[in-house]
Amino acid sequence: MNKKELLVAGLQNGTVIDHIPSDRLFKVVSMLKLDILSNPITIGNNLISKKSGTKGIIKVTDKYFEKNEIDRVALIAPHAKLNRIANYEVVEKKELELPDELIDIVKCANPKCICNKEPMATRFDVIDKKNVVVKCHYCEKALHKDDIVLL
Amino acid sequence: MNANSFVSINDISKEKIIELLESAKRFEENPNQDLLLGKIVATLFFEPSTRTRLSFEAAVNRLGGRIIGFSDASTTSSSKGETLKDTITMVSGYADLIIMRHYLDGAARYASEVSSIPIINAGDGSNQHPSQTMLDLYSIFKTQGTLDNLNICMVGDLKYGRTVHSLLMALSKFNPTFRFVAPEELKMPVEYKIFCDNNGINYSEHSDLMEVIDEADILYMTRVQRERFVDLMEYEKVKNCYILKNKMLDNTKDNLKVLHPLPRVNEIEMDVDSNPKAYYFQQARNGVFARQAIICDVLGIK
Repeated sequence: MNKKELLVAGLQNGTVIDHIPSDRLFKVVSMLKLDILSNPITIGNNLISKKSGTKGIIKVTDKYFEKNEIDRVALIAPHAKLNRIANYEVVEKKELELPDELIDIVKCANPKCICNKEPMATRFDVIDKKNVVVKCHYCEKALHKDDIVLL
Repeated sequence: MNANSFVSINDISKEKIIELLESAKRFEENPNQDLLLGKIVATLFFEPSTRTRLSFEAAVNRLGGRIIGFSDASTTSSSKGETLKDTITMVSGYADLIIMRHYLDGAARYASEVSSIPIINAGDGSNQHPSQTMLDLYSIFKTQGTLDNLNICMVGDLKYGRTVHSLLMALSKFNPTFRFVAPEELKMPVEYKIFCDNNGINYSEHSDLMEVIDEADILYMTRVQRERFVDLMEYEKVKNCYILKNKMLDNTKDNLKVLHPLPRVNEIEMDVDSNPKAYYFQQARNGVFARQAIICDVLGIK
């Protein structure tokens, strides 16, 4: 095992989220509420990435995230890699991808939309995965990446 | 959730549009048919409307159905703070069909998800008004004999006018040529132009109606509202450019028809009314037949 690998290795059970853009790392940390989690956590940032300059990485021991939590991360770090580790083995490895539909994750920016007035879940269709454009299922207004506000 | 609801023109396929237009044609030939005998239709108008409500109620009456409902939400329990979900769930137990207008965008979609009976959207805020689009399409179909390959000139408030946006989306399935005539402040929003670009639809933008009026098959007029302007000087400057006068129709095509979703204020001068190319009052009348077709479709009545 060389020194580079040491930075990320050594998780018995848990989740590794790798290739997070450096400027998004701490957003992902707060989104996953890691600041109030008592599990052992390793956070690295501004590490050299072969693909995209620098990257961030998060390792959380004994924690697997729900789909809903991962979908939220996909919105701000669409190309991050998720690894599930069980007994030192990678049991699942995938690149985060926006789902076709986001339920109760995004807030609709239209103050006249029914979903901002009724006690109900918001629902967005992802109409452009590459550029991250979502469209409210109710008022049919589109939201672009930079205008997306999470609930 | 009820799958038969009629909520957004964007849900309606080309085949379904044609089917509904043919059905509307049959209702025009024979408007009084007891297809809704024994059925109760609830008309829930959370926001006032004259034409839409009356033509829906005329459609139900011509089909022999009965109507319950309200035309002013201030007298209902929604003014006491009842959720839309509760109102819709309750009414679902009383009626066979709900026709609703609401001041919030997306209200009809949400209602269709909580209702056990079909919902017809009679306008949800600034979002959709699909029965208006169907009557516009029927008026075009009836006067031109087709929806295909037409030159459609849209005039006035193209920014906020939901009728022009819905009509654009629906006609885009029929290889149209669009001419957008609007003042700078009220130009067609960029998302619709991107939509046209992506779908290979021919369009151009103009500030002078006379540039394009002579090649049009349909002139779709809308109201330029004073309150849309930040700068009232600008309004004074442009308001007369978008007023249709009888003389302007002199060199237009024989098959041209002038449409307007109404109410008209001053954007079409009164002397146009007697021109055979004026079609807006017949257009409003067509609303009854188009709505009869929609009502029967959502209830699965052939």
